[in-house]
Amino acid sequence: MGYAIEAEGLVKHYGETKALDGVDLAVPPGRLLGVLGPNGAGKTTAVRILATLLVPDAGRASVLGFDIGRQPHQVRSLIGLTGQYAAVDEMLTGVENLLMIGRLLGLPRRGARQRATALLERFDLAEAGGRAAKTFSGGMRRRLDLAASLVGRPKVLFLDEPTTGLDPRSRTELWGVVRGLMADGVTVLLTTQYLEEADQLADDIVVFDHGKVIATGTSDQLKATTGAQVLEVRPLAEHQLELVAKVVTDVVDEPPVVAGGKVTAAVRDPAVVPAVVRRLDDLGIVASELALRKSSLDEVFLALTGHRAEEPEKTDEETYA
Amino acid sequence: MTATTALPAPPRRVSPGATVSQTMTLAWRSLVQIKHNPWELLDLSIQPIMFLLLFTYVFGGAISGSTGDYLQFALPGLLVQNALFYTLSTAIGLNTDITKGVFDRLRSLPIARTAPLAGRVIADTFKQVWAFALLVGFGMVLGFRLTTGVAGLLGALALLVVVALAMSWMSVLIGLKASSPEKVQMIAFSVMMPLTFTSSALVSPDTFPGWLKAWSDVNPVSHLSDAIRGLMIGGDVASPALVSLLWSAGFVVVFAPLAIRVFRTRL
Repeated sequence: MGYAIEAEGLVKHYGETKALDGVDLAVPPGRLLGVLGPNGAGKTTAVRILATLLVPDAGRASVLGFDIGRQPHQVRSLIGLTGQYAAVDEMLTGVENLLMIGRLLGLPRRGARQRATALLERFDLAEAGGRAAKTFSGGMRRRLDLAASLVGRPKVLFLDEPTTGLDPRSRTELWGVVRGLMADGVTVLLTTQYLEEADQLADDIVVFDHGKVIATGTSDQLKATTGAQVLEVRPLAEHQLELVAKVVTDVVDEPPVVAGGKVTAAVRDPAVVPAVVRRLDDLGIVASELALRKSSLDEVFLALTGHRAEEPEKTDEETYA
Repeated sequence: MTATTALPAPPRRVSPGATVSQTMTLAWRSLVQIKHNPWELLDLSIQPIMFLLLFTYVFGGAISGSTGDYLQFALPGLLVQNALFYTLSTAIGLNTDITKGVFDRLRSLPIARTAPLAGRVIADTFKQVWAFALLVGFGMVLGFRLTTGVAGLLGALALLVVVALAMSWMSVLIGLKASSPEKVQMIAFSVMMPLTFTSSALVSPDTFPGWLKAWSDVNPVSHLSDAIRGLMIGGDVASPALVSLLWSAGFVVVFAPLAIRVFRTRL
């Protein structure tokens, strides 16, 4: 009862491709739902449907009780949308971009200016506000874009991959902004390809793959679904890596992954840890790192879908999971 | 009690007053860019002025025997050429908005569906008027003589604006359909250029070979050029102006429904 965002059986085709193949979503007010999935999983299509930009082929959805098909105008007056690319008018200044939105939303001239100033202040853009948006850095554009979607004080906010392409510092900054919004009680639907992002921000996570929801739950619940923990062993001497791998294989009964100077294996029984330690000790191998941890969302995704969440060719200098 | 009942009920639709104000805000948005990028106005002005200078001083003597006579003949045609080219800036602007995501942002706002289109068209009409004034002013400095008075001049402006507005439906369609602003520019060049050159806009078609003359006689740009010329330096106005208006009506009938359909369904 009283979901802020509710969707049932959303279907959308693009020619032969099924972008959405029967998606259900339910977000309680004030929560942040992370929609996690690789490129082309249907995340953006779902957001565009919920934001009334796209009409679904089948299914129904509502935002704060208003039907997206029959009451789109009401829905629009309650939502904010920040797209994958920063949708700001590059020829206008930061102030003018926000002023335009304020005026479009019916604020009087003065009110629109005050709102623009306050938002620029809040997003650390006050100084750059008088410059054309095309001179902004990527992170500044995203912040301006987010500010633009907040002019109308939305109750529900759609953030479609808000940090894609941002450098790690801008990404962390944006996370801080999103947390601030959550504190204001805004309901957020955030799509992301970054498992770490969903892990950091989301109350609940749904995992999309090929237009379907393949898993739902909190980050911890999802990690628990694979039922596995991860054992990592890094020998101090790198030439002993193969020997360590052999030991782990013997104990765990499964060939581990050997990469990055360490041996990684999924384990179900924590008792393997002392066994591994004893065997290593017998062989005189010193481990510089030996840990048992919960599987990361990336590993969960791999277990759920059989492929990784992020495209391997991703050249981000940062590695996730 | 649910979260929804606690919220004030949002209005069901946009009032006519709000529609007008939103349209004006979006027209302002297109025009205020000129403040930051005065070059845009110059872009808008420099090409027609360059054409005016080149045609008058390079071809003028060869075509009409004297540059003065040619200027008198060609200025109305250059006004037509410029106005037609400029209708495509609506397409370019719209397409830029779509590819940059600005269009989605506007569509996600509780504003009149027509405001983004209407705002842009109004702003582009302002720019049309500016380009017209500039070209006529510059032409007069070079020696163009307006023989029909202010009424004729305003009539020419009015006719050009009406035709440009009718053509902006085609422009909207191209803007919605094209994959990139560069494509729009290419389409503009490869359609508009031959269309104006094979008309009576810049030269008298009397020396055209028969087949080309036949085409030129039906080319809508010829009719429009003849009408504008008549309105500025005298001559037959009624019949070419009527034909131009009929063409405009045809444009609206064909392209308005197509553009509206694409606008509603595409995105």
